[in-house]
Amino acid sequence: MFKTGKNHLFSQEQLRKMLYEMLLIRRFEEKVEQLFQQGKIHGTMHLCIGQEATAVGACAILTNEDKIISTHRGHGHCIAKGTEVDRMMAELLGKATGYCKGKGGSMHIADLDKGNLGANGIVAGGLPLATGAALTSKMKELGYVVVCFFGDGSTNEGAFHESLNLASIWNLPVIFFCENNQYAMSGSIKEMTNIQHIAERAASYGIPGEIVDGNDLLAVAEVTKKAVERARNGEGATLIEAKTYRWRGHSRSDARKYRTRDEEKEWKTTKDPIALFKNKLVEENMLTEEIFLEIEEQVKKEIEAAVEFAENSPIPGEETLETDIFA
Amino acid sequence: MREITYAEAIREAMSQEMRANQDVFILGEDIGIYGGAFGVTNGMIEEFGPERVRNTPISEAAISGCAVGAAMTGMRPILELQFSDFVTIAMDNIVNQAAKMRYMFGGKAKVPVVIRTPGGSGAGFAAQHSQSLEAWMAHIPGLKVVQPSTPYDAKGLLKAAINDDNPVMFYEHKMLYGVKGDVPEETYEIPLGKADIKKEGKDVTIVATAMMVHKSMEAAKLLEEEGISVEVIDPRTLVPLDEETILHSVRKTGRVIVVYEAVKRGGYGAEIASMIGESDVFDYLDAPIMRLGGRAVPMPYNAFLEQKAVPQVEDIIQACKTIMNK
Repeated sequence: MFKTGKNHLFSQEQLRKMLYEMLLIRRFEEKVEQLFQQGKIHGTMHLCIGQEATAVGACAILTNEDKIISTHRGHGHCIAKGTEVDRMMAELLGKATGYCKGKGGSMHIADLDKGNLGANGIVAGGLPLATGAALTSKMKELGYVVVCFFGDGSTNEGAFHESLNLASIWNLPVIFFCENNQYAMSGSIKEMTNIQHIAERAASYGIPGEIVDGNDLLAVAEVTKKAVERARNGEGATLIEAKTYRWRGHSRSDARKYRTRDEEKEWKTTKDPIALFKNKLVEENMLTEEIFLEIEEQVKKEIEAAVEFAENSPIPGEETLETDIFA
Repeated sequence: MREITYAEAIREAMSQEMRANQDVFILGEDIGIYGGAFGVTNGMIEEFGPERVRNTPISEAAISGCAVGAAMTGMRPILELQFSDFVTIAMDNIVNQAAKMRYMFGGKAKVPVVIRTPGGSGAGFAAQHSQSLEAWMAHIPGLKVVQPSTPYDAKGLLKAAINDDNPVMFYEHKMLYGVKGDVPEETYEIPLGKADIKKEGKDVTIVATAMMVHKSMEAAKLLEEEGISVEVIDPRTLVPLDEETILHSVRKTGRVIVVYEAVKRGGYGAEIASMIGESDVFDYLDAPIMRLGGRAVPMPYNAFLEQKAVPQVEDIIQACKTIMNK
């Protein structure tokens, strides 16, 4: 059922860049978690640690003009689409220099210049928007495609079904990318859906449904490439289901009573997307341990610089409270 | 001047903007060959084709979001939401997405979408097709709310709404679609946030919206014969609200009745009444501010009960007499 990734899509440089991005996502989130525990981050956060390969694998196929729409668990998508970690960190700390001037926080980071149409705090909220962004591409003949990320929980929302149908009948250049991390907050997909694979739902709407191992970076890239090519060729939408696992709880206050520690351990020890990819690169002589350590060091520095930038940035002034409501 | 109906005025505004700007298009249920549930888009698909007059499935959640997503990325969509009651199914995209996008993103993204939708009672469509829910949207920061009462206003306000860079809720009244009025053929824009004095008077100010403008005008005419001079103000847009024109009138007359079709409790008329009460015009009031609004009932089907559920001309006349102590 799962497709095995191949590395022929990318050069050595690109492969190392993807490894860098996955590590950057993980270290960014580990730092966020730490800052949160220190009381420096307000509100809540949703971490995608363990799911880095879906964001990086899918975005590796996209151009700067292509669009993504993200979710409440969106840090990985942002980083993979080129959003800078310093301004992201500033946003999480609620600073005026953040991507949203401290008005959006973790759940609403958008970077339109990089084609990131924003994270969305509403489950399945991004899917209808993605059809619209894809419609613009089609009507104005702009040639870009839209990748809409969402979780397994979204697939039981009406907006999921309506959007897939609309994208199908209008033949829109959109890729519906489901990160099936097995749990919608506490709800196991096995309890909430009576089918084995979410991708089967594509058949109802007359579009292809693809299943991929979401922890296999190159397999994700390969399946995304196929869907992106279809979309660019005017062949319409695809539903991709990437099977993955979120290592952390849903958000800050999750005791994870709905799953076992054994299950978590298995995913962490045998299916860590970063370890799998790193080992693959070493095996294929694309990477050495020394270079890996250098990459780790660069990531560490980038995160340190981001934290420094964020901590030294000012908070937004009261005069900004009522600005940016209307254009 | 040429007379056309309210529906024709709306169609003309859309068609003129679509001719002038390729980014403007319309989407909605049954708006193609059928011409829309109320015939507003009659003939448009023939002129503009199915790419720009996009007939959609009955999927309010998807099509409202599609309109917002298209607006964010450079189009200027007009969504026809078949009945304003169906906003309940499109609500997430309007309230959580369109209205908040720009603010959440710290001033990035423009969402120039117009959601045109018919509200109001009087057609015998009962509880799920007759509501006046504009106060819900007026409550949400980030949305503009327009409620035209005449063909002239409908055309000029719709042009302004289409050219506005923000999400605009455009509430049409289904019983006004066939009402005729003078409308110039050329394009013109009525700025959002500019009230209109529909009739000048000196004894009492009525602030009325949509269908209630017409009922208030009829009441005012009958009251003239009894020596009561009524000024009728139509705010035309609820957000932004032209407070100055309303306050100026109340300062002059010293008496004000706010008349609206929506359920009185929590309706937008309550906001207008409070705005007047909190202003310095309070000192000029010769009588307490009055409100006439809909009864707190789901809209009944029976024609007699339906009439009784919302203010009628005789209710407005009676209120004017009460406020005048006559």
